[in-house]
Amino acid sequence: MTSVAILAQAGQIRNPAIDYHAIAPEMILAGTAFAVLVLDLFLRRHRKWLAMPLAFAGTLAALLATLTLIGSERATFGGTYVVDNYAVLFKIFFLGSALVVLLLSLRYFQDGRFYQGEYYFLLLCSFLGTLTMPSSRDFLMLFISLELVSAPAFLMAGLRKSDPRSNEAALKFFLISVLSTAIMLYGMSLIYGATGSISLEGVARALAGPDGSSNLTLAAILLVVAGFAFKVSAFPFQFWAPDTYEGSPVPVAAFLSVSSKAAGFAGLLQIMFVAFAPQADFWAPIFAVFCLFTMTIGNLVALQQRQVVRLFAYSSIAQAGYILLPFALAGLTPDVDRDAFSAVMLYILIYGVMNLGAFAVIVGMSRESPGLLVSDFAGLGQRAPALAAAMTLFLVSLAGVPPTAGFWAKFFIFSAAISRGGIGTVLAIAMVVNSVISLGYYFSIVRAMWLEPITEPVRPLRFSPAIVGVAVVAGAAIFAVFFYPDLFAQFPPVSTLVGQ
Amino acid sequence: MSGWQESAITLAVFLPLLGAVVIAVMPRSADRLVRILGLVFTGAALLVATIMIFDFQFGAHDGLQYELDVSWISAIGARYHVGIDGISLPLFYLTFVMTFLCAVYTYKVLPDPGRPKAFLALMLLLETGMAGTFIAFDLILFFVFFELVLVPMYFLIAVWGSANREYAAIKFFLYTLFGSVFMLLGFLAMFFKSEPHTFDILRLQEFAMGGGFTHSIQLLIFAGVFLGFAIKVPMWPFHTWLPDAHTEAPTVGSVLLAAILLKLGTYGFVRIALPILPDAAETWAPIIGILAVIAIVYASLACLAQRDLKRLIAFSSVGHMGFVMLGIATLTPIGINAAIFGMVAHGVITGMLFFEVGSIYDRYHTRQIAEIGGGMLQKIPALAGIFAFTAIASLGLPGLAGFIGEFMALLSSYSPAPMLSETLFRVLMVFGGIGTILTAGYFLWTLQRVNLGTLPDRWKEVSLRDVTRVEWLAWAPLLVAILALGVFPRLILGTTQEAVEGLLRVFGG
Repeated sequence: MTSVAILAQAGQIRNPAIDYHAIAPEMILAGTAFAVLVLDLFLRRHRKWLAMPLAFAGTLAALLATLTLIGSERATFGGTYVVDNYAVLFKIFFLGSALVVLLLSLRYFQDGRFYQGEYYFLLLCSFLGTLTMPSSRDFLMLFISLELVSAPAFLMAGLRKSDPRSNEAALKFFLISVLSTAIMLYGMSLIYGATGSISLEGVARALAGPDGSSNLTLAAILLVVAGFAFKVSAFPFQFWAPDTYEGSPVPVAAFLSVSSKAAGFAGLLQIMFVAFAPQADFWAPIFAVFCLFTMTIGNLVALQQRQVVRLFAYSSIAQAGYILLPFALAGLTPDVDRDAFSAVMLYILIYGVMNLGAFAVIVGMSRESPGLLVSDFAGLGQRAPALAAAMTLFLVSLAGVPPTAGFWAKFFIFSAAISRGGIGTVLAIAMVVNSVISLGYYFSIVRAMWLEPITEPVRPLRFSPAIVGVAVVAGAAIFAVFFYPDLFAQFPPVSTLVGQ
Repeated sequence: MSGWQESAITLAVFLPLLGAVVIAVMPRSADRLVRILGLVFTGAALLVATIMIFDFQFGAHDGLQYELDVSWISAIGARYHVGIDGISLPLFYLTFVMTFLCAVYTYKVLPDPGRPKAFLALMLLLETGMAGTFIAFDLILFFVFFELVLVPMYFLIAVWGSANREYAAIKFFLYTLFGSVFMLLGFLAMFFKSEPHTFDILRLQEFAMGGGFTHSIQLLIFAGVFLGFAIKVPMWPFHTWLPDAHTEAPTVGSVLLAAILLKLGTYGFVRIALPILPDAAETWAPIIGILAVIAIVYASLACLAQRDLKRLIAFSSVGHMGFVMLGIATLTPIGINAAIFGMVAHGVITGMLFFEVGSIYDRYHTRQIAEIGGGMLQKIPALAGIFAFTAIASLGLPGLAGFIGEFMALLSSYSPAPMLSETLFRVLMVFGGIGTILTAGYFLWTLQRVNLGTLPDRWKEVSLRDVTRVEWLAWAPLLVAILALGVFPRLILGTTQEAVEGLLRVFGG
């Protein structure tokens, strides 16, 4: 009943004047997705890979269209869909990561003879969801975006049909995701019932009112948060992630650990810092607990991993724990809120670059050894020195040690936490201890690459140009951002959403 | 000349980084060329630093020279603020001298698995980190340089080290990283608690002069900063990474570790912890003093028990750094001057000792004192003579570099700053004095076991090379410095005095 009510309200907006420029990137991407599917029908088996260049060109066009939107403030569909700097920054990030995932997929899917046309279609649909996510300014749009990201991913996770692990990955992902969706939707419907609004600002106004802290709304907030916690694989809802990442095709794991997770955080940022902001005193401590357990458990379990993709799954859980930290700082002063908000954004952006870089190397390595173990990296320093150096850079960056961009990512979170004081200081201390722990497993790979003696004669390892290109660009970005962090830190996107 | 004044430091600090990049893109086969490039870049940086010394206004009160202060990260107000004063200068210069000598040494000697390209690139990266720390006057810049040394040092130990290298390397990395992340939190707290918010070290010092942070906040921040610096020094009981790292590291790694890296910690105390957090420093000073003296006594006892020559030198480092910390803990001008002198002297002497131990190992292929078995003076007299000279300098013989720093540290401990307990520091002085006796004891005993006595039969037939030409080239400057610093302590003290007094004004002295 409730979802019908929401739809009814959405229907009240009559004849909305659509701003086609604002939604041009999404339209291009959607058009490309269908073009890919149609093209696939007419391609012979050994030429199916041609779907990828088409998808790539479409994504590039969407990226160019997004670049024309920089600096604009556009709202369409009755204000439910907004294109501002915040949204544009995320869109650029998502389209960039889409290009990377496409590049990483080409060889992998060509070799594996998976359903290439369908895969690229599904991937583009997922990315369409990530594009609409940061523009969505009501619960309905947010929900649709989130589902658009997740639903194609269930199928992508299961694309390695002949491997039971892939089946398990897809099934687990599907069941848990559906469960979390149901919980979240229930929470959203309660919010609508309690506040009479589904727009983020409308909900915020209602929550700031006298009934804002009724048990009903607080329970609803809790349900929505729990739903998102599944999506970003926060403790105690993290257990699906390692199995799903391990079973999925590796490029899909890269997509899940970067783009899909970032989309979850983009939605979470808007909901928590805009819609639920008036009740921050209630939910911030919950995030403190999430953050503390997520990063600690992610790191401690990652220490035990020998399988590389699993290791990165736990690593990405731990990283999600770091990203959750600034949420726990909300609600004290507008200044702290603004710092926390931009700390989350910066972390996501930098995390995306370094994790995609690492996944590029992993995808390249997994051609040779499919169930990639840490020990398979042995001797990479001699077999492919440049790639091994790039991988070292990504790992050092993930651990947050200078001279890499990862240091600034952590720095801005520490900075926000210390400026908050109190619980912030406690969480910051927990996080620095965790970063030291994380060095243990990141360096197990570094150790294997450079220090493990190799007994057999050295066979040089060739990587496809796409992988080398991704690794080089990501590595250069990590260095550039380290030496001149203003590249990132100066984005003013924050002001449009939070503060003031 | 204004362009030179502003860019000299940047040039000196980043020349090695440029060198690292250039060497990294050389083809793998260009073995000789790479070693020459290593010499060229460390030499060029040393040349810049030397010209800077001639241009330096000695005796100028306060203020930085070669200062450059430009915006770096506008979002958080971190600036690229570099400069040099009398406290930085000796350590800054020492960095370039030591690294250049290491490049000279590496021209001929490189441990397994070779690969001079990677080795020199890492060493040059390390040089940028070390030199940068001494000239950074912005906390974030300081921290970045401070951390920059971790990755290259990790690889130097882990790839070119001896048997237990991987354990030692990761222990070094994790341990020092653990300390420095707490230091970073302390820096952030300084930023947010200062008015107006700033990361600038000089502004924070001014802020401290005008009242500064409340006492309780200072204590908290000091705890974080202390952890970072104390592990780096290392102070007892945080020293356990050091014997492993030193023992396993390749010769050049040990030399740079002892000569420069440890000083980052003590320099941090002098530059940041004391002047910005004076109240907390007063509260913490007795604890630091006690830990310092424990380090002195503990290290000398540990040295008496060592069988491995390199490990013995490593432990002796802990003791010498104890004297440096004791000088700092007195919060007096004499103590701080002693500390800086001690840092330079220890850098020169212990750096030299590690060179020698490395060369002894090259000859004997063992570092066990018992296996060397004595009689080195008969077999390779020059190396044995140099070793004896350096060891005696290290035990603090008057007239050589080791003496002044330790003597002044004990002296300052006799009359510490007025707000500190005189009784406690005099007790500390007595124990420090006992430490010097023990130090003399273990060094003389070591000399007796290694240099003197009859040559064991197993070495009689083996031909062992005496000091080679490259070794002479790399070592002669250090040997001269050991003597010169001992005879003319003003070389250092004349530089530091003014700056130290400026620094300590915050204590009302």
